[in-house]
Amino acid sequence: MLTITLSIFIPFLAAIFIPFLYKRIGRHIGWFVIIVPIALFILLASFIPSIANGETYEHTIRWIDSAGIHFTTYLDGLSLIFGLLITGVGSLVILYSIFYLSERESLGRFYVYLLLFMGAMLGVVFSDNLMVLYVFWELTSISSFLLIAFWYHRKKSRYGAQKSMLITVSGGIAMLAGFLMLQFLTGSFSVREIIATIGQYTDEPLFLFAMLLVLLGAFTKSAQFPFHIWLPDAMEAPTPVSAYLHSATMVKAGIYLVARFTPIFGTEMSWLYIVSGGGIFTLFWGSFNAVKQTDLKALLAYSTISQLGLIMSLIGLGSAALNQGADANSILYAQATFAALFHLVNHSTFKGALFMVVGIVDHELGTRDIRRLGGLMAFMPVTFTIALIGSFSMAGLPPFNGFLSKEMFFDALVNARNFDLFDASTIGILFLVVAWIASVFTFVYSMIIVFQTFFGELHIEKLEKQSTREASIGMLIAPSILAVLVVGIFFFPNIIGNYLLRPAMNAVYPTLAGAEGLAPKIYAWHGFESVALWMTVGVVVVGTILYKTLRYWKGIYTVAPMKWSLDSVYNALLETLENGSSFLTRFYMRGYLKDYLVYIFSFFIVSVGAAILLTGSYSFDFSNNAPISLNEYLIVFAMIVAAISILLVKSRKTAMILNGVLGYSIAFLFVVFRAPDLALTQAVVETVTTALFLLAFYFLPEWKKEDSPIRTKVFNGLIAISVGTIVTVLALTVQGNKMFESISSYFEDSYNLAGGKNIVNTILGDFRAFDTMLEVVVLFIAGIGVYTLIKLKVQKEGRDYED
Amino acid sequence: METLISILVGILVTVAVYLLLSRNLIRVILGTAVLSHAAHLLLITMGGLKKGSAPLLGEGAESYTDALPQALILTAIVISFAVTALLLVLAYRTYKKTATDDLQALRGFEDE
Amino acid sequence: MKINDVILQTVTKIVVFIILTFGIELFLAGHNSPGGGFIGGLVLSSAFVLLYLVHDIETVRKGIPFDFKKIAAIGAFLAVGTGIGAVLFGEEFLTQAFDYFDLPVFGETELSTVMLFEAGVALTVVGVVVTIISTISEDV
Repeated sequence: MLTITLSIFIPFLAAIFIPFLYKRIGRHIGWFVIIVPIALFILLASFIPSIANGETYEHTIRWIDSAGIHFTTYLDGLSLIFGLLITGVGSLVILYSIFYLSERESLGRFYVYLLLFMGAMLGVVFSDNLMVLYVFWELTSISSFLLIAFWYHRKKSRYGAQKSMLITVSGGIAMLAGFLMLQFLTGSFSVREIIATIGQYTDEPLFLFAMLLVLLGAFTKSAQFPFHIWLPDAMEAPTPVSAYLHSATMVKAGIYLVARFTPIFGTEMSWLYIVSGGGIFTLFWGSFNAVKQTDLKALLAYSTISQLGLIMSLIGLGSAALNQGADANSILYAQATFAALFHLVNHSTFKGALFMVVGIVDHELGTRDIRRLGGLMAFMPVTFTIALIGSFSMAGLPPFNGFLSKEMFFDALVNARNFDLFDASTIGILFLVVAWIASVFTFVYSMIIVFQTFFGELHIEKLEKQSTREASIGMLIAPSILAVLVVGIFFFPNIIGNYLLRPAMNAVYPTLAGAEGLAPKIYAWHGFESVALWMTVGVVVVGTILYKTLRYWKGIYTVAPMKWSLDSVYNALLETLENGSSFLTRFYMRGYLKDYLVYIFSFFIVSVGAAILLTGSYSFDFSNNAPISLNEYLIVFAMIVAAISILLVKSRKTAMILNGVLGYSIAFLFVVFRAPDLALTQAVVETVTTALFLLAFYFLPEWKKEDSPIRTKVFNGLIAISVGTIVTVLALTVQGNKMFESISSYFEDSYNLAGGKNIVNTILGDFRAFDTMLEVVVLFIAGIGVYTLIKLKVQKEGRDYED
Repeated sequence: METLISILVGILVTVAVYLLLSRNLIRVILGTAVLSHAAHLLLITMGGLKKGSAPLLGEGAESYTDALPQALILTAIVISFAVTALLLVLAYRTYKKTATDDLQALRGFEDE
Repeated sequence: MKINDVILQTVTKIVVFIILTFGIELFLAGHNSPGGGFIGGLVLSSAFVLLYLVHDIETVRKGIPFDFKKIAAIGAFLAVGTGIGAVLFGEEFLTQAFDYFDLPVFGETELSTVMLFEAGVALTVVGVVVTIISTISEDV
């Protein structure tokens, strides 16, 4: 279906027109931008029924046949969920940002970046070809970089942007290496072809490396421990961006990748260990650190890290279904992935709403610091309600969708204890315990968001803006829609289950596709014997106690080892790298033009000289030489004299005239060599060049005598003579070794091939017109360069950014 | 003839390299001009000299000289003109801004 | 000291026309005999350069009210455009076409898209060379 391919390009196309539109309509630009995601959302939603019936859509634009790279888009259940999230949350975020961003901001730039991201992200989830996927993957990193640095005059924004870029892009490059290994193994870049054939290659040593590298890409993008450190710093972005990229979509690209690659790597035991182990630890670490945050956005960042870990661990556990072969339990194990996908959707709804709430608080009161906030409930009832719904859903309480997926998460862990591969009494229990503790912390920070912000006493003097108003209706629409979804999904979870999750499960488990119970019915109530229910009760009880006693145990965060953070490792690493590379660069980049030329010429002397000497190819053959007449001897002699005199003359005008002598002599030599076109051109060019030199001399000072020490002169002379000698030897060697027949006879058919009798000109205009075209472009650029160098006077710009 | 031109090319290259290594901006630019002269001569020599008539089919000759190097040189002549022009303007701007044409003195700052 | 350059100026008036004619002749001849876009363009621009040398810039500008930057841009656009034109006709980029036509005055004449391409080259050369010379000499 071409529609899917188009849907990737529509955001890019729209982005091109934004700057022009922005000039015309200014601050209302958002209303035009929002059309794009809404239209795409409706378009993608129209695919839901057919995808639910098990259909998939594919469209290929052939591109580079020799490398097997084609623009193939593929729509199945898994990519549809992501596509709907990207466009759906995208619409809401743009709606929100229309009211959130002040019209003084450079809105054009903002929406261009946002559309760029949207297109790139759609490209990631719809691409079947790994190379194309990689390009879009990095494009999301770049657009994220641009959006985090949107307020680039702030130092922290630049720091956060750079950090996220460095971490995600290096992960991306690792992933590229993994992709190349996969292609090397299977001979294809197509994900589906790789899935079909990978079974034969699982024993290859490269397979494991490919897996680790791909996981590195996924873990950096999805902020899994220890690469999570970029996400809190990314919160310097405007809040709509944080809600969109850094909680709902981009950070889930890693999860998409892991889910997409589960059929490829899922049979490998280590895949299960790394993905689920890494996920569980990230879940714990994120939730543990979220509690200590005082900035609401930082708190949400850590909470996002933790939730991403949860989803990641579930997908890892789900791959057990492929490990156990056709075991009867495999359907049961696969349900972990079902829970993962469900929670993915739920997380996007409640976290999106929470981010928007924090944005509202920040926007209205000028601070996000929970130590200064309190008692907002009194004048922000709507915001408070949304925050309550979002937080309670995140904590896993009914009647919100987070409760359902949290229960399924506990169920999956309980089931995991039965894995043959786990030692039931140790690892299985450990997972369960860690996950439970993490859930307790999740409960605690969810309560912090609600109670410390909206309850307690209002200290209006502590706020930046002393306003006591509810946010404008426009800003409340988007989070309200999400809050309604949070509740709606709780009551009607099976709509999502049937239409979105079931086809996605078939995509993740092609071997189990359509099996009974792969996509179970979602129930809120499992009865009193359900372990998960009692775990939730435990979370609430212990969580409440911990929240009430927060101030007594908060001290553990200041214990020494806790202060030693991964951030300092990153900073130290970056500094070492910067120092190392600048030391290395300064070592040879001395700032003298002469030094660089010496490097180049020395390399030329050594490499070409050595090549001629070592291969022993310096055989000279003078037999083919053309005869020389007396006047030719005279010209060459005159040229030699003129050339050497250039070095000796006192005045620059003489030197320039001597250069002219060289040029006109060459024009004469071209006549002798039967090259009339060249002779003409050379003569005219020489004239114009001379005029140019004269013009420039008018402005430049007379040259002074070189007062360099004799040692330098000898050194320069030696290099010059060596280069000259090698060029001569090289020329003679080439003359002496004719290894190929000349191809020029082909061009002698120019009258039939190109309809011209001047062979040189047909080569220029027809056979090798590409060269000529580029030459014209180069000439044009040089002309523009000269013009700008002279006309453009750079204005001193004020430095309006922090250092 | 080929040998003679090869030696001439060698001498031109020597002169050009020596000029390039000097401290004066104009000398460096002259060096590039001489170097391109040398390159053009080298190119046409590689195709063989005086091996036939000028590459114009209207001549009706039996054999023609190699037209390919000629086409390459024609392109190169125009490009080297453009480069020379750009370099001259660069030198002029540099002099206007810094009041020196000495490359030793033009070295960038240490802390950049 | 004021130099009397009446003779130079008078001679130039004639010479410039000869050079211009020669340049166009070279440009048109290019397909079959020596000449072509580069040489044609260079010769044409040398005529303009001569004008700049003999008269002052303001006078020449009044006489020839072109913006040579734009001419260069048009030339580059034409050269690239003929390449894209070939693509539009389903050929490889920059494929040139030619055919012979019986025109009333000229007899059998060859018309080729190379001509357009070469015209682009010539215009670029003229535009760039004159732009370079005039911008440098203006900046006193």
